[in-house]
Amino acid sequence: MSANPTASSRRAAPPPEARDKRHTISILVENTFGAFTRIAGLFAAKGYNIDSMSVGPTEEPSVSRMTIVTRGDDQIIEQIIKQLNKLINTIKVVDLTFDSFVERELVLAKISSTPETRPEIMQIAEIFRAKVVDISPRTLTLEATGSQQKVDAIIKMLKPFTIRELARTGRVALKREFQGEV
Amino acid sequence: MAPQAAEKSGHHPAKTMTGAEIFVRCLIEEQVEVVFGYPGGATIGVYDALRDISNIKHVLTRHEQGATHAAEGYAKATGKTGVVLVTSGPGATNTVTGIADAFMDSIPLVVFTGQVPLRLIGNDAFQEADIVGITRAVTKHNYLVREVSELARIIKEAFYIASSGRPGPVLVDLPKDVMAQKTQFNYPREISLRTYIPVVDGHLKQIRKAAELINRARRPVLYVGGGTILSDGAPELTALARKLHCPVTTTLHGMGAFPETDPLSLGMLGMHGTWYSNVAVNYCDVLISVGARFDDRVTGNVEQFAPEAAVIHIDIDPAAISKNVRVDVPIVGDVKRVLARLIDSVEPLDTKDWLATIEQWKNEHPLRYRQGDQIRAQYVIQKLGEVSRGDAVVVTDVGQHQMWAAQFFTWVHPRSHITSGGLGTMGFSLPAAMGAAFGRKDLPVISISGDGGFQMNLQELATIAEHRLPLKIVVINNGFLGMVRQWQELFWRRRYSQVELANPDFVKLAEAFGIPAMRASRTEEVEPAIRRALEHTDGPMLIEFVVAKEDNVYPMIPAGQSVQEMLDTPEPVPGDAAPSDSESSTILLHKGRPIEQRKEVEQHVSEPHRL
Repeated sequence: MSANPTASSRRAAPPPEARDKRHTISILVENTFGAFTRIAGLFAAKGYNIDSMSVGPTEEPSVSRMTIVTRGDDQIIEQIIKQLNKLINTIKVVDLTFDSFVERELVLAKISSTPETRPEIMQIAEIFRAKVVDISPRTLTLEATGSQQKVDAIIKMLKPFTIRELARTGRVALKREFQGEV
Repeated sequence: MAPQAAEKSGHHPAKTMTGAEIFVRCLIEEQVEVVFGYPGGATIGVYDALRDISNIKHVLTRHEQGATHAAEGYAKATGKTGVVLVTSGPGATNTVTGIADAFMDSIPLVVFTGQVPLRLIGNDAFQEADIVGITRAVTKHNYLVREVSELARIIKEAFYIASSGRPGPVLVDLPKDVMAQKTQFNYPREISLRTYIPVVDGHLKQIRKAAELINRARRPVLYVGGGTILSDGAPELTALARKLHCPVTTTLHGMGAFPETDPLSLGMLGMHGTWYSNVAVNYCDVLISVGARFDDRVTGNVEQFAPEAAVIHIDIDPAAISKNVRVDVPIVGDVKRVLARLIDSVEPLDTKDWLATIEQWKNEHPLRYRQGDQIRAQYVIQKLGEVSRGDAVVVTDVGQHQMWAAQFFTWVHPRSHITSGGLGTMGFSLPAAMGAAFGRKDLPVISISGDGGFQMNLQELATIAEHRLPLKIVVINNGFLGMVRQWQELFWRRRYSQVELANPDFVKLAEAFGIPAMRASRTEEVEPAIRRALEHTDGPMLIEFVVAKEDNVYPMIPAGQSVQEMLDTPEPVPGDAAPSDSESSTILLHKGRPIEQRKEVEQHVSEPHRL
C-alpha cells in the first residue's frame, strides 16, 4: 500500500530545535472574579511552564491585560493558545513572539553596600540607567527597567556585591505598530 | 408568591422578587422540565420557591452524585440540558464526580449549588466548600453569584454556555443571602458574550480541501465520535457514508450514529474495537474523523495510528484539533452543518475492492465467544439486542460489560447508547438510566452494570421505585472487578489483587426496595428472563445474570500499543479448516444483521411505550 507522504508520523512533535522556545503571550481578559485563577489554574492543570506572569488593568476598566512568558515546543504553544482562547473570560490571545514587540520588565534590587563599594554600585546603576530608590548605611536599593536581557545583565553585575532581596515584575509587552515596512 | 400567575402576566412591569423566586422563573424561561436534586440548609429558600411550581418536576435522588449522573443521562437521552440543584458543602462536593464526567464527555449540564451567606464565605462556616474553586478544572465555566441583580443574567449565560459550542457542565454557586435579596425580574431575551462565540459553520476552503482529499481516496474510513450525536448529525453522516460507499467505524460515544445493520458498519474501533475496524484504520488512505477526539483508547500508540492516511478532522472545539494527533485538514465547526456542506462537494467513490477486503477481514476475524452451560455476558448482551431489536436506550456502566455491550448489542439509533466514556465512572449506569427514563418514554430504558459498579450508586433504586420508572436493571454478576482482573491476568502474571467481590443477594436487595427481581444462572434462562423484563412495563425490574467468573474482553490492543500487538479472540472461527472439535459448533458470532420491519422510532415522544 502506498504510504501517504504527508503522514510520515502522526505525533505532532516538532524537531528538537523547536522545543522549549520562549514565547511571550499577551492576553486580554475580562476583569471578573476568578478570571486570573482560571488562567493560572489552566497552566497548572495542563502542566505548562510559566516563566513569568504579570497582570494589570488596561485603558478599559473592565478589561485586564496579562502577559505570560512560557516555554514549549510549537505543539504545546499552539495548545496553550487554544486552551486560553477556550476560557470563557478571555477576549483576545496573541503570541507576540513572531511579531515585533516592545517589552519591559522592572526590577527592585536591595544590595549590600559599604562606603567602599557604594560608588562602584552606583556606577553600574548609571550604566544601566537604574535609579537609586532607597539607601541605608549597609544597603542600596536600585530600580531598573528594560528588556529581560537588560534586567538579567544588571542582576549579574550586582551579584558580586551580594543581593539581599530581589523583586521582578515579570515581562509586560505590547505589539509595535510601526513595523518599518514603509 | 404566585409564579404561575406572574408568568401569565407576561409584559407587565417587572415586579420585585427574591433571588429564589427569580431562580425558579429562570428555570421556567429555560423550559426546564426536570430538576434532579437534594435540599439542604443553604438551599432551603430555593426549595421553598420551587414547591409550588407545577411545570418543573423535581426528582429527589438519594445522593447528589446520583442527581448529577441522572442529569447526564437525561441530557444524553434527550439532547436537552440536564439541571441539578444541591446544597452547599457536602452537597456540592458530591456532585464533583458527575461534573467531571460530564466535562469529559461534553454533556450539557447546569449545576446549581447552595453556598453559605456571602459574609461567611472564607470563614470555614458550617457546610462551606469553595465549590467554584474545586470545580474550576472540570467545568466549562462556573459562577459565584455575588448580587441578586446579576442572577438572571448568569443563569441565562449558564444555559447558553452549557448547551452551545462543545457542550459541557456549568456550575452556578448561589449564596443563601443573595437568594433572599429582592430585585426586579427581567429575563434577558438576547445573549451576547464578546468573549465566547463558538464557530459552527466550517470554513468553506477547508471543506473544499477535505472534499478534494476524499474524492481521491481509494481506501477511506469514517471515524465517528460522540460529537456526531451531540450535533444531531447522524442523518448527514449516514447519507455521506452511503454516498461515498465508505466504511464507518464508531467510537464508544459514537455508537448509534450509524446503523450497525448497514454492511458499511465496522462497529467500534480502539482498544476493544473489532479486529477489522482497527485493521481498516491501519490500512486506510483517508481517515475522516467526525466529532471524535483521538482519545488514547482509540489510537493506542499515536505514532502508529493510521500510518498511511491523510487525516481530516471535523470538530467544534478548536483545541481538540492537533491536540493528540497531527491532522492534514482540520475543519472547525458543527458536525451536522459541516457534513451537510461536505456531502454536496464529494463524488461517489469506487470502493468495491476496499469493501471486499474488509468483508474478508470480517469473515476471518468476527466478534465471537464460546457458548456453554454457564452464561456468557456477551450472550446476555447479544440477546438484549436481538429481543429489543435495538429499539432501546441502553445505559452501561464501566468495565468489561461496557465493552461487551458496545461490541455485541446492535446499535441502530442515535442517543440509544449512553455510557461514561471519558472519565470511566463506575456507578454511572443506574442513576444515568434513571435520568434517561425521565426524559424518554418512547423506548424502554435498560441499565446494564457489573456487580462492582452497581454497588456504587445502588441507593438510587429507592428513587427508581418511588417513581415506578419502567427501567430494566441488568446486573452482570461475575463476582469480580472483571476489567482489572483481566489486566492482572494478562499483564501482571495473574496476581489478583483486591478484585474479588463478596456480593449481597441482588434479588433480595431489589425486593427490599420494592422492585421485582429475578436471577438467571443458566444459558437457557437468559432469553426468557429478557423477554419477561421487556414485557414488564409497569415499574422497574431487576435481572441478575450470574455469568462466567473469569472471562476476557477481546480483541484487545494493550494500552499504548498499536494494531500490530492486537490480541484477537482465542476461540477459532467456525468454518475454518481447523480441527473440527465438537464444541466449535457452539461458538457464536456477532454481526450486524438487517432487522425486518424495523419500527420507526420517533424521538422524544412523550407517550408511554408499549411493547
